[in-house]
Amino acid sequence: MTTPLIETKDIGKTYGSVIALSDVSTVVHAGEVTCVLGDNGAGKSTLIKILAGVHQHDEGSFQVEGEEIRFSSPREALDHGIATVYQDLAVVPLMSVWRNFFLGSEPTTALGFIDRKQGRAVTKKALSDMGIDLRDVEQPVGTLSGGERQCVAIARAVHFGAKVLILDEPTAALGVKQAGVVLKYVAQARDRGLGVVLITHNPHHAYPVANRFLLLKRGRALGSYEKDEIDIEELTRQMAGGAELEALAHELRAAEA
Amino acid sequence: MTVTAKAPPVSDERLSKPRVLDRLVVRPEIGAALGALLVFVFFSAATEQFLSLAGAATWLDDASTLGIMAVAVALLMIGGEFDLSAGVMTASTALVTAILSTQLGVNVWLALLISLAFALGVGALNGWLVMRTGLPSFIVTLGSFLALQGLNLGVTRLVTGSVQVSGMRDTAGYESAGYLFASTFPVFGQEFYVSIVWWVLFTAVAAILLVGTKFGNWIFAVGGAAMSSRAVGVPVLRTKVVLFMTTAFAAWLVGSINILRFTSVQANQGIGLEFQYIIAAVIGGCLLTGGFGSALGAAIGALIFGMARQGIVYANWNSDWFQLFLGVMLLSAVLVNNVLRRRAERVRR
Repeated sequence: MTTPLIETKDIGKTYGSVIALSDVSTVVHAGEVTCVLGDNGAGKSTLIKILAGVHQHDEGSFQVEGEEIRFSSPREALDHGIATVYQDLAVVPLMSVWRNFFLGSEPTTALGFIDRKQGRAVTKKALSDMGIDLRDVEQPVGTLSGGERQCVAIARAVHFGAKVLILDEPTAALGVKQAGVVLKYVAQARDRGLGVVLITHNPHHAYPVANRFLLLKRGRALGSYEKDEIDIEELTRQMAGGAELEALAHELRAAEA
Repeated sequence: MTVTAKAPPVSDERLSKPRVLDRLVVRPEIGAALGALLVFVFFSAATEQFLSLAGAATWLDDASTLGIMAVAVALLMIGGEFDLSAGVMTASTALVTAILSTQLGVNVWLALLISLAFALGVGALNGWLVMRTGLPSFIVTLGSFLALQGLNLGVTRLVTGSVQVSGMRDTAGYESAGYLFASTFPVFGQEFYVSIVWWVLFTAVAAILLVGTKFGNWIFAVGGAAMSSRAVGVPVLRTKVVLFMTTAFAAWLVGSINILRFTSVQANQGIGLEFQYIIAAVIGGCLLTGGFGSALGAAIGALIFGMARQGIVYANWNSDWFQLFLGVMLLSAVLVNNVLRRRAERVRR
């Protein structure tokens, strides 16, 4: 077995007296999708913020390519090849597609000016390599649909050599068709050999692309499964609260009677 | 260019054909340019002197110092911040230069340098306070506006016993410094102030910086979405602090032009000008919310200001009408900008 890109063992994080995350172990391999599922407040955000270098873990071990690590900033995580695409923070809406694509890593000419021609050409190529067909990379990103924006952000991460792609609820605000489009690019990134961490609370989005599932609940791991260990019904049942929901149904019936 | 502009063979059913109007209307300075043309034609037809060389020298000069500030303020606004202390800063820098050279006998050139260091320091402090506290720049620079206003009056009265500093003409280095900041140059026999050259130069540098460099890209980014920019590695704090320092630098330039031309400065000068800068920038296509605008547009906004202010004088109207004109101009600019923004930001689902 090759060294995983990311491996956490019993990782934990507390904010003062609040335990946001504890004893969570998971692994991300190259060319595979690890899916993190959980309801609001389950600790999904805390986990990815640790992986992305926004916060630091207090307990457990966090390894990147077999090396124990503690990021001090998102930039450092980025330098280690861990790119994060946040749901609302993916792009700057009023800027053009290619300027967004190169933001923070602008191509420059010998004189230090932005190389617009190259910027436009590379953006168009990188997007079409991902199967994103944009008519005009000069249009503001705000004119794109939510799904297309996510795709531009994903293509950017892939282009700039990310090894691990963390996607925070990429399908949350999208319609059915758009969500499908984004998942297609997630699969494409995976097939290109990236390790993907997909955060979602929709098992129907997670199941088709994921290799591994990590279920979180109230800061703890509710379960960790390989794809062949669980089917979508069981995944949905656990997501929805499983046994608790049955107990609730029972209670309601009792109240009616 | 030719390759990228071509439509792909299989068109996306969600995209409609691009319209020429759409592409043109996205330029933030288009509205201002049309407005400037309108004002120019109107006063050229309505008055005798407006279209003469002497007339042009007057309204260009009026627009120049305002224009330098408007361009700097536009950069800052594109970067998502305001600077209410910008107007008073033009007086503060002039006062520092004047007090140092007339009261302490410092060479004007050295006084200018010290004044520049003071300006950049205040600019950096403004930026640092805004970024560290996370408070709106509106309130932070309102504070520095009041503080500077107090300092201007207090220190001037303390040093000179009055509320003005004069006597620049007799100081060492006045001649050479004045040549750089306050001289005139002839064009077809008409003398034009050098401040116009500074204005054009400042605008050109700002415009190139904004659309042609990494830093310019970051200005749009931090104004449009600061958190997204940070997430992809843009130094948000540094970008914004440099923008505040740029505004302070522009205030120093304008303060130096003023003190060397008029050779005296009132301690209460510059109050209220900060809104003129913002108005010119908004007329030039800047959004109040940041992330969108143009340096050239702000310069044109200042030009409209200068032309209208002097045109009203030439037309022998009461200058009260200028305020009305300004209000109408500002409102129409904001309405146009609002439409532009929605066009650029609209989400298609």
